[in-house]
Amino acid sequence: MKDSLRALARDAVNSLRDLTPIILVIGVFQAFVIRQPVDGLLSLVGGALLVVAGLTFFIFGLRLALFPVGEGLAHSLARKGSVFWLIAFAFVLGFGTTVAEPALIAVAGEAAAVAADAEVIARTPEAMDDYAFGLRMTVALAVGVAIVLGVLRIIINWSLPILIISGYALVVLLTTIAPPEIIGIAYDSGGVTTSTVTVPLVTALGVGLASSVKGRNPMLDGFGLIAFASLTPILFVLIYGMVV
Amino acid sequence: MDLAVDALFFVTDSALDVLPIVIFLFAFQWLVIGERMPNGGKIIVGFAFVVVGLGLFLEGLEHSLFPLGRMMAEQLTHPEFLLDTVEHAVAEFTWQDFYWVYIFAAAVGFSTAMAEPSLMAVAMKANTVSGGAIGVVGLRVAVAIGAGIGVSLGCFRIITGLPLPYFIAAGYFIVIMQTMAAPKEIVPLAYDSGGVTTSTVTVPLVAALGLGLADAVPGRSPLLDGFGLIAFTALFPIITVLAYGQFAILRDRISKSQPSDKNSE
Repeated sequence: MKDSLRALARDAVNSLRDLTPIILVIGVFQAFVIRQPVDGLLSLVGGALLVVAGLTFFIFGLRLALFPVGEGLAHSLARKGSVFWLIAFAFVLGFGTTVAEPALIAVAGEAAAVAADAEVIARTPEAMDDYAFGLRMTVALAVGVAIVLGVLRIIINWSLPILIISGYALVVLLTTIAPPEIIGIAYDSGGVTTSTVTVPLVTALGVGLASSVKGRNPMLDGFGLIAFASLTPILFVLIYGMVV
Repeated sequence: MDLAVDALFFVTDSALDVLPIVIFLFAFQWLVIGERMPNGGKIIVGFAFVVVGLGLFLEGLEHSLFPLGRMMAEQLTHPEFLLDTVEHAVAEFTWQDFYWVYIFAAAVGFSTAMAEPSLMAVAMKANTVSGGAIGVVGLRVAVAIGAGIGVSLGCFRIITGLPLPYFIAAGYFIVIMQTMAAPKEIVPLAYDSGGVTTSTVTVPLVAALGLGLADAVPGRSPLLDGFGLIAFTALFPIITVLAYGQFAILRDRISKSQPSDKNSE
């Protein structure tokens, strides 16, 4: 109990530290450059406190539940050596963690609001929810595929640079034919996926696998998974924009 | 009181967001490994924290980082604010007049990357792998400069309305060139550092800043111009870290190959 409280306090300090530089920079600009009273200061402070509390609980919960179970499963599956179950697990892990990724939920909501303002989709809550949900599922699917590709690469030993470079060549190609309003969102979705939930679990899978397959270096081969996970969402969202 | 009711809605929503991964993990544990979940009680408590935390975080964003990003974009591009700092008429604003936007963007990118805790771990690993050639502080500064340039250049692109794909394609072209020239051991590290800067707190603020700018600058549309800042923030640290790694390892080799020259200057 005492240990848990200490862990919770440490997570709270970390969340606060994440937010501090933003608050400081905005504070300095408000005080010295803009020099105007801030509207709704109380709501901003309340919101910031919610962000800190929320992030604290979220990370604390992840460490208590998701990370140990996920890492344990990744290690035992890598040892078990069944390629089918390994690939199934890789997909499910990429998909499931991306659905729970906070930054993606937030950005998909913004994207839906912008699309509704520009009258690309209907300005109803249902249409916006559908659009945001479709976007998130597309990105989650993309990350699932990315982790499968990354796992296959570790097993079969494909060259990482060649895969990545051909992936980006494909991005360039799709960009020329995709509708212009999806391009910015597509490029951003590559950066959004690689944050709180996905990275630790996927890294555990990669490193676990690279250390149990003969002739692989966990330092070098464990890493490629994340590189894929920031590439495939761009491709998938570009395609989503063409289809929808 | 509205805040509390809203927060409750966000918590029920976030339960649905967390549900898939919970079901998947339990299913694999039972079906494939064939064992019961160890520490079942602790895990349920953990997931309860995840759900409540996610709900509070998303509710908090709506009241803090999203409005803050938009507010800064609006205030720094407001005609009255610009007229305080420049001399000519409103209709003749050019991209140079928005220099406070670039300074603000660079400050946000630099400071959030400097404070990022996961960067510390990456920097220590880099120090060990390179045998001390890549310094912990040097790498952090390289990543932070990359993030600062990224957000700032991204704002420049939104204000001028230049096409996003050109910038991204050029950026990745530079990365590919650098990758071929750089020492093997820093390449994975550099690619990792791109993802590190786009943390859960930075992404919403930067997204709101971009959308706010596209909304406030005449002739720009949020839909066409507002996105892309996150892509810039993830791309430019790769370039600066590769450059720093090349420089650090080169310097290390020179000083090791000519130890006697140390006192000659």
